[in-house]
Amino acid sequence: MNTFNALFGDVSKLWEKYASQYLTGALNTIELAVVATIIGCIIGLACGILQTIPCSKTDNIIKRVLLTAVRAIIRIYVEVFRGTPMILQAVFVYFAIPYLSNNTVRLDMIPAAYLVVSINTGAYMAETVRGGILSIDIGQTEGAKAIGMNHFQTMLHVVLPQTMRNILPQIANNLIINIKDTSVMFIIGYSELFAVHKGITGATYLYFPSAAISMIIYLIMTVICSVILRFWESRLDGPANFDITTTDTLAHTSGMYSYVGKKDQSEAENGGAR
Amino acid sequence: MTDNDILQIKHLSKNFGTNKVLRDIDFSVKTGDVTSVIGASGSGKSTLLRCINLLETPTSGDILYHGENIMKLKGGAPKYRSHVGMVFQSFNLFNNMSVLKNCMIGQIKVLGISKQEAQQTAMHYLEKVGMAQYIKAKPRQLSGGQKQRVAIARALSMKPEVLLFDEPTSALDPEMVGEVLEVMRALATDGMTMIVVTHEMNFAKDISNKVVFMSDGVICEEGSPEQIFVNPAKQETADFLARFRSS
Repeated sequence: MNTFNALFGDVSKLWEKYASQYLTGALNTIELAVVATIIGCIIGLACGILQTIPCSKTDNIIKRVLLTAVRAIIRIYVEVFRGTPMILQAVFVYFAIPYLSNNTVRLDMIPAAYLVVSINTGAYMAETVRGGILSIDIGQTEGAKAIGMNHFQTMLHVVLPQTMRNILPQIANNLIINIKDTSVMFIIGYSELFAVHKGITGATYLYFPSAAISMIIYLIMTVICSVILRFWESRLDGPANFDITTTDTLAHTSGMYSYVGKKDQSEAENGGAR
Repeated sequence: MTDNDILQIKHLSKNFGTNKVLRDIDFSVKTGDVTSVIGASGSGKSTLLRCINLLETPTSGDILYHGENIMKLKGGAPKYRSHVGMVFQSFNLFNNMSVLKNCMIGQIKVLGISKQEAQQTAMHYLEKVGMAQYIKAKPRQLSGGQKQRVAIARALSMKPEVLLFDEPTSALDPEMVGEVLEVMRALATDGMTMIVVTHEMNFAKDISNKVVFMSDGVICEEGSPEQIFVNPAKQETADFLARFRSS
């Protein structure tokens, strides 16, 4: 019991003195993770669209060469950034620019951190999006083509909205991984939560209490993100039921009402989904 | 060719690898024609329809749309496809959109029609197929017959000159076949030009003014329904139809 009391005492002592530092670190972490995940998703979507542009032997030579080059570049990008540790990528990018420009150009650590995490996420997302696009029934694409849509319109209006819904759990995965893995950005001096923890333990030598605080903060951040994304998923699914509509205004008096916002109730009334 | 030929298919062939699915197909479609394409499974009926809509690229041969070769048409396949509607065996409604949106999206994005006008057109055709009540539903909430009727309304909303049907009732439960055929019957009466790949022999007999019998990737026989169903000239046609009667 005594040890728990001691731990509690140390934790509260640390929190009293360093709460604002921990919270600033947490804020930096979540900012970096959210922004980099969003940028990563955009990179991934772009790669997904580019990679799935149909290419047949009857197309002209310039289009074919261009598409082959684009696919090769995306492939190399994915393999390099998925296949090397992010901590090394950070060091690589942060020091490459001053080294190659003879110290005339320097990349600040904050843009460097955003850049590295974004392109790293983008590499994973490119594959996730590609898998998501492949999982959509070919009939959806054919249906869109049959009414005259081009590849870009088909992707934008038909395939990607369905892809997004299917890969949302994977996007949530990426966000949560990013919240935790941005901790390696301490290596280039970005002051996220883990860097704060390291700084505080350097001053106080209270390794375990500080680690306990950091663990709890990380867990709170990831759980909140997880809950928000689950909620977003259920929103995207829309209501389980729909209104029968009529142009006959007299019918409005017969008790037709909206199901919107009454998902569970109407489900119970109808004995579950159709 | 005459002036009212909408589509002319000339020496069309399609190979999948070494498998020759279509061989030297020739036929033409006039305004108001209802052409039924019949034949055994694997005879190339669906592939022919998909070639006409360029969902499959023909290996050789030409398809002329109002006398213009569509393989060399300006604006390419998308522009041409917006004039030629297609109804699929598996409906292919957009799962992420409501019934109404399914019928509007093509008009807005491909034809550049305003939202209000697109909605009016969509409602007009949804009423015609008897699905106006369900405009808020998502495809997954509908039965097969309902989905197919929406798919027909979606194709009609683009105001196509020709409507292609690829076995529109083959994926439906028997009791839902009737409602879809009813809609198609009404369209034929309205003078819509249609090419229908079907196994519904009664439909082919009653509704179409031209029947094409395909066998082994070639057009074995074509002619009026009476000619094909009552006095088939070829032994293969007679055999095929006899199999249908006995089953």
